[in-house]
Amino acid sequence: MTASAAIFYVLASIAVLSGFMVIGSRNAIHSAIYLVLTFLSVAGIYVLLEAEFVAAVQVLVYAGGIMVLFLFVIMLVNLEDSLEDRIRLHATISGVIGLAVVGLILYVYSTGRLVAVTTPSTLCQGGNLQAVGTSLFRDYLLPFEVASILLLVAMIGAIVLARQKS
Amino acid sequence: MPVPATHVLVFSLLLFSIGMLGVLTRRNAIIILMSIELMMNAANINFIAFSRQLNNLVGQVFSVFTIAVAAGEVAVGLAVVLALFRNRDTIYVDQVHIMKG
Repeated sequence: MTASAAIFYVLASIAVLSGFMVIGSRNAIHSAIYLVLTFLSVAGIYVLLEAEFVAAVQVLVYAGGIMVLFLFVIMLVNLEDSLEDRIRLHATISGVIGLAVVGLILYVYSTGRLVAVTTPSTLCQGGNLQAVGTSLFRDYLLPFEVASILLLVAMIGAIVLARQKS
Repeated sequence: MPVPATHVLVFSLLLFSIGMLGVLTRRNAIIILMSIELMMNAANINFIAFSRQLNNLVGQVFSVFTIAVAAGEVAVGLAVVLALFRNRDTIYVDQVHIMKG
């Protein structure tokens, strides 16, 4: 089994397991966090499948924008009972893990072992970003503009729906 | 060809089934929206897998459009959930059956 195949199976297992946790968690915030984990694993699989631009868009739009939207709405319609009794333990564990990850990243960065593991020929030249951009703006310009109008309509619709009736 | 396309398709099938299970079994409207996102991700993985298999870039371009549609769908869906919560004080879909025939 090659290295990229092994990475694919690990990422796919993480994505499937955290997908089960998304629909299995009782707390909606836990579901949202597991959904972030699923999205990041899928982004890694996109990189393995040589779709670097889609992987970047996945991280920016899904793991960034959409998840912030989900978390805002979960906070606004908070139906769960409070987690006050467990929050101290959770904060301690999360703090330790976060500090460990930061230390690991700083260690790897300081030793200069941060090297690319894939073929440098495609990734160092920006992946397939140029090819996807050329195809998007030359062959699919009209669908691109239609998508922007769709996003505008969705934005106006969301504002109208969620507006406070005065 | 490190990863066979069949395995990628099986993975996308698993992710889609998980999302469908969530839509069918959960009552919380926000979790249902998250499950729909899982299903859209599975469709995107299919696009990418076939794009690599057929050596054609159109699949990647189309998955960008899918992500844009998913973003708009989430914005409108969450606005509907907010309006529902404001009018009904619930986001559990089985408690909203006023339009049920």
